[in-house]
Amino acid sequence: MAEHAKMPLNIMLAGFGGQGILFAGKLIAYAGMIDGHEISWLPSYGPEMRGGTANCSVCLSDEAIGSPLVTEPDVLIAMNLPSYERFIDSVKPGGVVIVDETMVGACTMRPDIEYHPVPATEIAENSGLKGLANVLLVGKMLAVTGFSSEKTLHAAIEKSVSAKHLDLIDLNRKAIALGAGIPDSDACTA
Amino acid sequence: MSASIDSAANEMVDKKSEILFERPHALTDAITNYCPGCSHGIVQRLVAEVIDELGIEGETVGVCPVGCSVMAYDFYSCDMVQAAHGRAPAVATGLKRVLPDSVVFAYQGDGDLASIGMAETIHAATRGEKISVIFINNAIYGMTGGQMAPTSLPGQVTQTSPYGRDTETAGYPIRVCELLSTLDGVALAQRVTVDSPKNVRLAKKAIRKAFEYQIQGLGYSIIEVVSTCPTNWGFSPSDAFEWMRDNMLPYYPLGIYKDIKAAKGEQ
Amino acid sequence: MVEKVLMKGNEALAEAALRAGCRFFFGYPITPQTELAAYMAKRMPKAGGVYLQAESEVAAINMVYGASAAGARVMTSSSSPGVSLKGEGISYMIGADLPAVIINVQRGGPGLGGIQPSQADYWMATRAAGHGDGHVIVFAPSTVQEMADLVASAFELGDRYRVPVMILADGMLGQMMEPVALPEPIDSRSLPEKEWATNGHGGKRTHNIVNSLYLVAQQLEDTVVERSQRYARIKDEEQLAETYLTEDAEVVLVAYGAAARISRTAVAKARELGIKAGLIRPVTLWPFPVDTIETVIPVAKSFLTVELSMGQMVEDVRLAVNGRSPVSFFGHTGGVIPTPDEVLVAIQKAAMGEQFDLVPYHTRLTGGAR
Repeated sequence: MAEHAKMPLNIMLAGFGGQGILFAGKLIAYAGMIDGHEISWLPSYGPEMRGGTANCSVCLSDEAIGSPLVTEPDVLIAMNLPSYERFIDSVKPGGVVIVDETMVGACTMRPDIEYHPVPATEIAENSGLKGLANVLLVGKMLAVTGFSSEKTLHAAIEKSVSAKHLDLIDLNRKAIALGAGIPDSDACTA
Repeated sequence: MSASIDSAANEMVDKKSEILFERPHALTDAITNYCPGCSHGIVQRLVAEVIDELGIEGETVGVCPVGCSVMAYDFYSCDMVQAAHGRAPAVATGLKRVLPDSVVFAYQGDGDLASIGMAETIHAATRGEKISVIFINNAIYGMTGGQMAPTSLPGQVTQTSPYGRDTETAGYPIRVCELLSTLDGVALAQRVTVDSPKNVRLAKKAIRKAFEYQIQGLGYSIIEVVSTCPTNWGFSPSDAFEWMRDNMLPYYPLGIYKDIKAAKGEQ
Repeated sequence: MVEKVLMKGNEALAEAALRAGCRFFFGYPITPQTELAAYMAKRMPKAGGVYLQAESEVAAINMVYGASAAGARVMTSSSSPGVSLKGEGISYMIGADLPAVIINVQRGGPGLGGIQPSQADYWMATRAAGHGDGHVIVFAPSTVQEMADLVASAFELGDRYRVPVMILADGMLGQMMEPVALPEPIDSRSLPEKEWATNGHGGKRTHNIVNSLYLVAQQLEDTVVERSQRYARIKDEEQLAETYLTEDAEVVLVAYGAAARISRTAVAKARELGIKAGLIRPVTLWPFPVDTIETVIPVAKSFLTVELSMGQMVEDVRLAVNGRSPVSFFGHTGGVIPTPDEVLVAIQKAAMGEQFDLVPYHTRLTGGAR
């Protein structure tokens, strides 16, 4: 994709509850807001609290947003296999798919999408950023789509991290930088 | 001499014309809808006397229920709110939370308090809402014409228990003071009656204490008044009291079921 | 310019209520409105107000009744099944002329239904919020910003007309986050005194009574008629609707809340296909914005109502159009969210001038409209 992502940009993030799907979506939404776009963030909500599936629709646009529910994502971030399987076919032709290779372990057969597998969970754990695979993937999305800037994302982190956990701000920033620099794994190249 | 006699006579006349008994200021001059001999008239008056004695009419808001006392909003001179059936404790909660320095009382019957409004009653009590509840227990639905109440006695004949309350199918009466006395939010739970001058005085003392505990911020207070319903019971007023003493008081013993001040030895 | 913050719709409703001078909240947990109650639980004590988790929806609305009688700005919130329970208290508030703001973040029904977004409570809100001859004013926001803005209007209209006001949202609006510029807080001490409130006469006036009982039929009729005259004024003065591309619209969509957002996207798509489509978005559902419907009648060739229900508001649209154009319906229910493309298909059908009711039953069992 280009340096600057085209608007509107409809993003679907999906994974297990507890992986930080909603938080990652919030970072993207905040960044979009700071950049002056119209934005919306819509979580899936259900009776399960932990361990169930969680997904989150984020829309960035330069016009008023209609339905906040993303049914044909321009970007899919999938953090586990069930989410990958559920949403891979809905991605728009030409769309971007970023998967946590550690958790998904599948390769797409679709030739019409950009596929970016990254072992985010593994890298996060090996880099002292356990639990921040979600933010790593946002960093990767930044590098791939250019939807915002690292500076904006830093500001978004400051808005999203609760005041009680200021120590997490630096870790989140590191995760963005790390994610933005990870090359695609070769797991899916023949 | 004669002058002094006249003067003494005048003094006697003055003494005679001294007002010894009058309508409490907290009652309006509206004519009540209560049947002759009904306990409501006595209890309603006692509440008004207490309001007068404490000098709180201007700060008091009363909540009246659905039941025979549904129109009590016309009878009291303080501000009054009419509540949906059973919801008086919730309405009183809303009032008291907005007006923490006011005195809020709810006046409820047995169907209102112990049947349709039992959830509101128990939860207002356990929250320790600083309200005073006056509970008329006459073991029957009066306003609707004499149906079985949650406090109707086993075997009691009513319009909807024509063969007598069958505990197999209709269960047992609820003893409200005993039930509520287990809750930590309750400051005072006392059962009284008004069948004699002595008991009327005791009842008034209890009602006054319920208001005082509220003013002192101690919690929820309930005064249960075992009462009569001559009309729906089918007795004369005096026979009704007789029946009450013989049948209700054994099931609903008079007494103090909870008094947090007494429990703390403050009395 | 006020700095925008990112907030969930449910949170925006709560914060806006605080800023409108509301210091009393009584509620009961239910999905998908719980964030509102949680927000109030956190903020109310710090704002010097009262948050109380009631034992039931029935108790909560009656606490609202009491607090309103005492003269306070007070709010409760729930979702569909809980609002059914509030029906009793709402009716009593209507009957006693008490204002309050009641939030319904709708979910699918009937019964326990589901927890996903729905607009199946239109009839309950606009026709029968409780028993008896009466109405509540009903606002229908469609963005988080509007959720914040309409709360202040709801409190103001409630106090002005002495009627309960409902904000009819849905699970999508409640759960989603959008940037919102919050209204400036008002000083609740600046609000006019409510002379009718039962807050203690203090020896300065005769007693106030809050009551809905009138045993003499003529008195009850007089009371209801007086209130209906207020309703007539509300109908005259308080209709609100937003229009989008309606000036030359031949197919006019009518949709509110979440359905309006989807419809707006579909209208834009229809325009790309050369179909002259437009959208009327009622912001007040009661009073229904019949005046706005009237403005499009001369040009409109057909109407299409889109709802997250089996078709409820469509009846009001048909009453307003009154046979002058076909009025069709498209909807999904139970928490299923229609896509803009589905709405677009319905627009294309409506553009052909026929009247239809396109509900899942028809699409699923017969593959199309009857």
